[in-house]
Amino acid sequence: MKLRVENIFDKYIINLGACGIRCGFIPFGERRSESDSIRQREIDAGTSSTSSSYYYSTSFRVSFIHFSPLMLASFQHSKMLRAIRHKNILPAFSAFRAFSSSAKEMTVREALNSALDEEMSADPKVFLMGEEVGEYQGAYKITKGLLDKYGPERVLDTPITEAGFTGIGVGAAYYGLRPVVEFMTFNFSMQAIDHIINSAAKSNYMSAGQISVPIVFRGPNGAAAGVGAQHSQCYAAWYASCPGLKVLSPYSSEDARGLLKAAIRDPDPVVFLENELLYGESFPVSAEVLDSSFCLPIGKAKIEREGKDVTITAFSKMVGYALKAAEILAKEGISAEVINLRSIRPLDRSTINASVRKTNRLVTVEEGFPQHGVGAEICTSVIEESFGYLDAPVERIAGADVPMPYAANLERMAVPQVEDIVRAAKRACYRSVPLAATA
Amino acid sequence: MALSRSGSNLLKPISPFFSCAPSILSRSISSSNDSITVETSIPFTAHNCEPPSRSVTTSAAELRSFFRDMALMRRMEIAADSLYKAKLIRGFCHLYDGQEAVAVGMEAAITRKDCIITAYRDHCTFLSRGGNLVEVFAELMGRRAGMSNGKGGSMHFYRKEGGFYGGHGIVGAQVPLGCGLAFAQKYSKDENVTFAMYGDGAANQGQLFEALNIAALWDLPAILVCENNHYGMGTAEWRAAKSPAYYKRGDYVPGLKVDGMDAFAVKQACKFAKEHALKNGPIILEMDTYRYHGHSMSDPGSTYRTRDEISGVRQERDPIERIRKLLLSHEISTETELKDIEKEVRKEVDNAISKAKESDMPDPSELFTNVYVKGFGVEAYGADRKELRATLP
Repeated sequence: MKLRVENIFDKYIINLGACGIRCGFIPFGERRSESDSIRQREIDAGTSSTSSSYYYSTSFRVSFIHFSPLMLASFQHSKMLRAIRHKNILPAFSAFRAFSSSAKEMTVREALNSALDEEMSADPKVFLMGEEVGEYQGAYKITKGLLDKYGPERVLDTPITEAGFTGIGVGAAYYGLRPVVEFMTFNFSMQAIDHIINSAAKSNYMSAGQISVPIVFRGPNGAAAGVGAQHSQCYAAWYASCPGLKVLSPYSSEDARGLLKAAIRDPDPVVFLENELLYGESFPVSAEVLDSSFCLPIGKAKIEREGKDVTITAFSKMVGYALKAAEILAKEGISAEVINLRSIRPLDRSTINASVRKTNRLVTVEEGFPQHGVGAEICTSVIEESFGYLDAPVERIAGADVPMPYAANLERMAVPQVEDIVRAAKRACYRSVPLAATA
Repeated sequence: MALSRSGSNLLKPISPFFSCAPSILSRSISSSNDSITVETSIPFTAHNCEPPSRSVTTSAAELRSFFRDMALMRRMEIAADSLYKAKLIRGFCHLYDGQEAVAVGMEAAITRKDCIITAYRDHCTFLSRGGNLVEVFAELMGRRAGMSNGKGGSMHFYRKEGGFYGGHGIVGAQVPLGCGLAFAQKYSKDENVTFAMYGDGAANQGQLFEALNIAALWDLPAILVCENNHYGMGTAEWRAAKSPAYYKRGDYVPGLKVDGMDAFAVKQACKFAKEHALKNGPIILEMDTYRYHGHSMSDPGSTYRTRDEISGVRQERDPIERIRKLLLSHEISTETELKDIEKEVRKEVDNAISKAKESDMPDPSELFTNVYVKGFGVEAYGADRKELRATLP
């Protein structure tokens, strides 16, 4: 028997094929929910796949129960095990034996960096292009170390000419390469938007399949902190309205890794909307996530927190806010179900509708401008498909309908806050707080 | 008035070979493989490089094929004009007649592994890259036998297997795309080049200079070909560009000005450019050419230029006439033979049109195909989503 363990520091994997059971360092202490038992069944059956949308980790202790005693016994005596211990290859091994939980954490930045690294390593056609991605190690250090590892032919620093280098990236994709074009922020993508839409998104259709465009456009999207109107716009709604594009927006490190890998492997143009403020945030990641073959499906949302009273949809940074709001609501007896959209186009309408049919109430949350936004599309989708199930009007939380101001107090008012989400959820549950007196 | 200023210039590259001593032409008895040396109409004008020689080697076979190919292209474009007026072609239709020498000369200098990308005046370039007439007419009429299954239209012809990457409707966008193709060729160590074609109207686009800068920085095997037909839609070049010397606009990038109505000048220039680009990075070729039709079928083409100018160029500089004269003077073909070829070509075009007309319009299910390569079973909607939905494979 072999033990399958992945240590992110050593990247050393030994395969444990005992009885078709996969086991790894599954972090301790994640919120347990119904999905846990589903996950557990999958693990038992050996059918757990990376595409499960119910990723929830169970405590290490629980999963161990499912090991047969026979396996445990042989475990200690296996030659390989002795060899490993002898060679001291896996420092984390002792942790395993002691049943401790080594919750591996990873920042979103590390997640993106490792995803790029692995995909570049796996496919020589993948290359990176953008401002400061090479020698500067990335404007936000996402591409750190990649120039040293892959050389200047595959990690290309471009001049500050978005229209030019985006067109060059799309042309390279026409020929069959797999470019990953970085925009320092998506605000600058507007300079290249003709290439994203007219040269990339529409080509496969106009050429009846002759010219496919396997390109990824990635970079931070939405508001940062104090960067003002020209540097704070969210482009999710703009790009997601265009057929021929796929638009993804990760929240956690798992999302970042899985979705970026899926995007790079995808044969269509993908707009990958990150968030600058999330880059430094740490999230626990399982061994499965750390595996180089890990990939999340495009077009599937994730239920971050199950609930039964109101559905809250969000993407990117707002998922964190929605989860905080759900905590607050829970204390007041409202059980909120938080859906992390992950994929803005294709939008996972079935997950959203199934959730609303269960809870009967919906709050959509997004950072971008409200008019013609993502929330508007979700609201309409629910009305079209689940009208009879709604017990309350759909609530929509979005950025303020103004260019982003600089002053901190005004900026705070221009971006959704946790209390906005809580208030909207309460309204949807007909338990709103009276409005402040406006006399 | 505008027109008189430009009129005389356009007639300038008058083929001087009749005025020169006939001895510059080798007078061998026509035999297909014997090489013939032809002089280009005028010498090349160079910017930051040494121009290639005016003497071009060719053969009887090549001369004949140039004549036939250009006659075919000419006939195809004229037939498209009639189809458009008969309302069988809709929307945009930008015709290339007058500019055939550029397509034919370029193709003679390169291989199918070299890439060409151009703007919307793409019918003849598609043909020279191995496309066939039925595909052209079917696509123009929006039928499923078209090379884009009828879903692209006049401006979106593609032939990836022939190294032709379209067919682009946004003025100037094809230039960075072409530099991207060149980048990919260099990345893949292919030892081939890309010709990114654009017009005098697109020559002022910012993205062109952005792409040229990167191409020069990274030594990409990109050849930017300005097909200067002197009018950007209805605006004459001197009204749009402070400096209409487009071959010099690359500044540090070398350039060559070429008589675009002389297929051999084009061939020589493209050969020269390919060698240059593989060694030294980008180069600009300015093809001095002319379109007989207006900008598109919606443009009569005579409000911003005189009919005299158009007929003048047709008389003095027509590319097919030049080849005809060469064929006759070298005694490779007789008048009757050439007339027969033209009749044959006319018949070929007519047959292709009737064959194309037989093709059906695309099936309604095609509305939803090719949106993505991989659709993941996602739903797409028609105008009334309760009425028309499809699952993308």
